[in-house]
Amino acid sequence: MKQALAVITVLLAIVVLWYFAVAPMNIRVSLDQAERAGETVTPELSRDRQQMSAWVLMAQNSSHIARGYELDRPRLPTPVQVGQELWKTTGEMAMRGRAMSKRSLIYHGWITLQSTLWGFVLGTAVGILGAVAIVYSRVVDMSLMPWAIISQTVPIVALAPMIIVLSSQLGIEGRGVPKAIISAYLCYFPVLVGMVKGLRSPAASQLDLLRTYNANGPQAFLKLRLPSSVPYLFTSLKVGIAAALVGTIVGELPTGAISGLGARILIGDQFGTPLAIWAALFAAAILAGILVTLLDVLQRVTLKRMGMGA
Amino acid sequence: MSWLIFALIFWAGAWWLNAWLARSIYRDSKGVRVFVPVLFGVTLLILWEGLVRGLNVSPVILPPPSMVAQTFANSTDILWQDFTQTVFKGAFTGFAIGSTAAFLTAILIDRSVFLTRGLLPIGNFVAALPIVGIAPILVSWFGFDWQSKAAVVVVMVFFPILVNTVQGLREADSMQRDLMRTYAASYMQTLIKLRLPAATPFIFNGLKIATTLALIGAIVAEYFGSPTRGMGFRISTGVGSLSIDLVWAEIAVAAMAGTVFYTLVAGIEKVVTFWHPSQRG
Repeated sequence: MKQALAVITVLLAIVVLWYFAVAPMNIRVSLDQAERAGETVTPELSRDRQQMSAWVLMAQNSSHIARGYELDRPRLPTPVQVGQELWKTTGEMAMRGRAMSKRSLIYHGWITLQSTLWGFVLGTAVGILGAVAIVYSRVVDMSLMPWAIISQTVPIVALAPMIIVLSSQLGIEGRGVPKAIISAYLCYFPVLVGMVKGLRSPAASQLDLLRTYNANGPQAFLKLRLPSSVPYLFTSLKVGIAAALVGTIVGELPTGAISGLGARILIGDQFGTPLAIWAALFAAAILAGILVTLLDVLQRVTLKRMGMGA
Repeated sequence: MSWLIFALIFWAGAWWLNAWLARSIYRDSKGVRVFVPVLFGVTLLILWEGLVRGLNVSPVILPPPSMVAQTFANSTDILWQDFTQTVFKGAFTGFAIGSTAAFLTAILIDRSVFLTRGLLPIGNFVAALPIVGIAPILVSWFGFDWQSKAAVVVVMVFFPILVNTVQGLREADSMQRDLMRTYAASYMQTLIKLRLPAATPFIFNGLKIATTLALIGAIVAEYFGSPTRGMGFRISTGVGSLSIDLVWAEIAVAAMAGTVFYTLVAGIEKVVTFWHPSQRG
């Protein structure tokens, strides 16, 4: 309860700060508009205004500040404008039965979600298999682990355009596959590290106990190592799915994609519609929140049923 | 064809050698620990070379590593120019500003239990978001030159470092704080002599995460507009104009920059937190 109160207070403070920031951020644009509408603006020339700070402009044109809160193409939109745009492109379109129209963020979010989930599945599979190989084989541990770490220090965005070019040259239609590969690339590492830790977490005495039961390798794996790695697995899955979403958006951003939340950001930039960018950003944040929360619930339920719940 | 066979034989041989080394009596020596992963990396490169040459893949699709190396050697001046633009001006400036700001904010927040309680979940959430998406907004705010890249980097590195520092500052337990109080230590003394040192492993954890983010941010921001230099600019135009070998050379530079940057921070961590159990061993 205390926590919720604190979080809400901080959120409110952020919104208030945001509102205050809108005025200085938008004053130049709104003065330009006012000038074009024939209203009096001091100083009159746009060129003169470039030299002055936003604060001075605000002090001299206090009657035009309000205009900055209702611009069509603001430098910084207000939270309400972003919320309206978000509602206009999701809920309102869904109510008119056009949820899957190309202008709807639900459609773009769905495209992004698909790639994210494919990347997540792929990355998790690679991560878990890699972790099993690392735990059971010394050669793999010695040769793979350093490269797994190095792979994460490589900025994936540099590689992203190449992955897309390569996969299109190989005859793979669409962007689903390359995007999934990019998100798997970001997603596998936390899973790998978490699973290596988890699979190694049983104490030597527990492993010895299983040996006294005459348990063979697969049995020890299924009955001891795997169950004891589950808490680690879920913790890294939560990191992994967030990373997978980042990967998908990175895969959509620089490469001229036409659908997906990242593409909305890109298109919003090209067409100079900041509201579309902000709405897509918030949609991505909401998507990330939902995915992480889902995994969190799944973690609680699973651990409780396994008798490990807190 | 001979290339393909050679690559496959090399692969099998390297695999055998690594397997043998990992089981041999030298397996815990420093030399073997370095040699095994290096051989693995070299094998990957040779496989790549062999596959590309053996299967006659067009260099426009995937150039062999040898060609990339040649391009690299021939265009060091372009690469260096892009490197200074993106890494020194964009990533490093942003990293310095962002980490300093996050560190100071963490210390300020930490004085208030209420703020910590409110900001930590939000910070954790924001740190998991695809913040790269703000790149086009910041580019339109700060212009095309490196300032906008630095701004993207600042926002990207801020939250991981903030969250880690705040968590680290809570690391000193109440017994240790009580001890400081019995010494009549002031807030600043407790902070500098007890809590900050105790927080360093966490701070460095955040800094290490931020190294990669810094490069990602600086490169992505260049896709949205940049002067005619910079690694992101070169990659996005190179893909379009089919100078794929130069793109791979840039990728190699980015990979090396990322690894060196990370190693640098990890090295500093090793020196600063020599007392921590994870560094002894």
